[in-house]
Amino acid sequence: MRENGILRVIARFVIPLILLFGLYIQFHGEYSPGGGFQAGVVFAAGWILFVLIYGLDLGLKVIPERVMYVLTALGVLLYSLVGLAGVALGGHFLDFYPLLEDPHAAQQAGIILVEFGVGVTVASVMMLVFTLFARRRSWWDEVDAEADGEGR
Amino acid sequence: MTVVELSPFSMLVPLIASAVCALLPGRLWPWLLTFAAAAASAVIAAITLAAAMDGPLSYAFGNWEPPIGIEYRIDAANAFVALLVSAVAAVILPWAKTSVDQEVPERQGPFYALFLLAFAGLMGITLTGDAFNVFVFLEISSLATYALIAHGQDRRALLAAFRYLIMGTVGATFLLIGIGFLYMMTGTLNMVDLAQRLPELRDTATVEVALAFIVVGMGLKLALLPLHLWLPNAYTYAPSFISVFLAATATKVALYVLLRFTFTVFAPDYSFVALPLAVVLMALAIAGMVVGSWVAIYQANIKRMLAYSSVAQVGYMVLGVSLVSVTGLTAALLHMFNHALMKAALFMALGTIAYQVGSVRIEAFRGLGKRMPWTLTAFALAGVSLIGLPPTAGFISKWYLISAAVESGHAWLVALIVITSMMALIYIWRVLEAAWFRQPAEDAPAVTEAPLRLLIPVWVLVAANFYFGIDTRLNVGAATAAAEALMGGIPGGAP
Repeated sequence: MRENGILRVIARFVIPLILLFGLYIQFHGEYSPGGGFQAGVVFAAGWILFVLIYGLDLGLKVIPERVMYVLTALGVLLYSLVGLAGVALGGHFLDFYPLLEDPHAAQQAGIILVEFGVGVTVASVMMLVFTLFARRRSWWDEVDAEADGEGR
Repeated sequence: MTVVELSPFSMLVPLIASAVCALLPGRLWPWLLTFAAAAASAVIAAITLAAAMDGPLSYAFGNWEPPIGIEYRIDAANAFVALLVSAVAAVILPWAKTSVDQEVPERQGPFYALFLLAFAGLMGITLTGDAFNVFVFLEISSLATYALIAHGQDRRALLAAFRYLIMGTVGATFLLIGIGFLYMMTGTLNMVDLAQRLPELRDTATVEVALAFIVVGMGLKLALLPLHLWLPNAYTYAPSFISVFLAATATKVALYVLLRFTFTVFAPDYSFVALPLAVVLMALAIAGMVVGSWVAIYQANIKRMLAYSSVAQVGYMVLGVSLVSVTGLTAALLHMFNHALMKAALFMALGTIAYQVGSVRIEAFRGLGKRMPWTLTAFALAGVSLIGLPPTAGFISKWYLISAAVESGHAWLVALIVITSMMALIYIWRVLEAAWFRQPAEDAPAVTEAPLRLLIPVWVLVAANFYFGIDTRLNVGAATAAAEALMGGIPGGAP
């Protein structure tokens, strides 16, 4: 698949669009259909397409496994901290009104921050799951290669 | 900060701590954070229970007023279960450190993070007043639990976790279908709102089917016979710490959900009339008591023996529920609490033996009584509580169960309860006989008494078994208040 010229060219053209569309869904989530979950999945799909075409090693140079792992937790933490900010400012958990003076701006800011946390976690979990499966595949390939070598 | 504002934090503290815990390196820090989170959660749950005894607390997430927003509605019943779950977590964690260091030597940060997620999930299921939220937290705790079981040293743990995943997913899906039907009919997910709108729709087939789906789904998570097949392997091959936690909490929370739906969302005069639920639950409970105890007698692996014993004990709890009276519910909730104490003590004693000996098969117990007297004595005393002899907590729950059975005119149940208790005596005695009256095999490795850091938490729980058997104000008082809260919504009480 990596040698196919058509795939490589189209992927190179499409991947930036996928990533951009992911970000679009992310940052328009508070007033139009979308939000962190969908955005995270779309964004991760862009990276997964990249790995399918250019290989896992190159994909992990873009975003190392360790970074994905940390991002997974940081997204949840961002969500929780925004939630706790509401409590600290005298409201309930995930209450955005105390965050800013203008109620509309406060809700908008709160939703964007929380959804960004969701997006980061979902995208990194998707990439992490894919990486683990891809690793397993290459591990099996090595086992098979060894078995073949012994067979001869 | 008022108690109401504090109350959701018994779920939020472990949930947020899990994200931090996943990033912590080494062996000390993840455990320390987990222990701190569980202890904080238990303290908050205790404060909440004290306040909830006077009347339900309501907390609106994000200040979105219920029934639009998600509400935490905490009455005596769920505050009681929440305290049970968090207190068990806080008490077993000091013991868990040593055991986990041996059984899960690497990547403990993610391991404890998963544990915190499972724990937070159980707390969330318990505290929430929103039907869909129950499903979400059920999935959080279940998914984390599958991964935790797969951490077992034995490779069979993977298969056990996978089987639990399949069965658990079926159970959760059934619950979701049931909730979906309710939402379709009423247009609300808030439990109080559902309870108000459902009486008008009581004759529709959709609502009946929804109830059936919810009962079967929760029966799966509860390991009610014949839906118990996932439980023995899951408990047997999970790491010792996880076996202790699951045995003490997971099935209890499933029972709570069953109670919440059948008693609060559907009124008992509906759920026990529209479907022959009382008869079905009683038959399955009796089958569970007899079959679970019977199969337990023949197990060579003692961890699996205790797992089958759990199936039997779930039977006692469901039997109390099937009597549909305040006394019966009190007995069920009381046994929920007391069973958590005794099973946690038994599984911890067993985990201690696994730590020292490396095996929990009956052959490994030969002659162990003289070599590990403190551990085996703890096992024996917790076993006495499981059998239900005075002055232990187990006796109190059996006593209430028998009173409830007599009160509702099912005196023949008394004989069954006594017979299955005798069966518990047989399977506990097998272990004690091997430990004290058999000579160790000649090639048996030299074994010494367990270190104090393992023994002290075990003995704390054994002492709790006796304490709550003598001073019953906390457990009986809270269980009675919880049973009344569950029966409460209905004028005139039981049908």
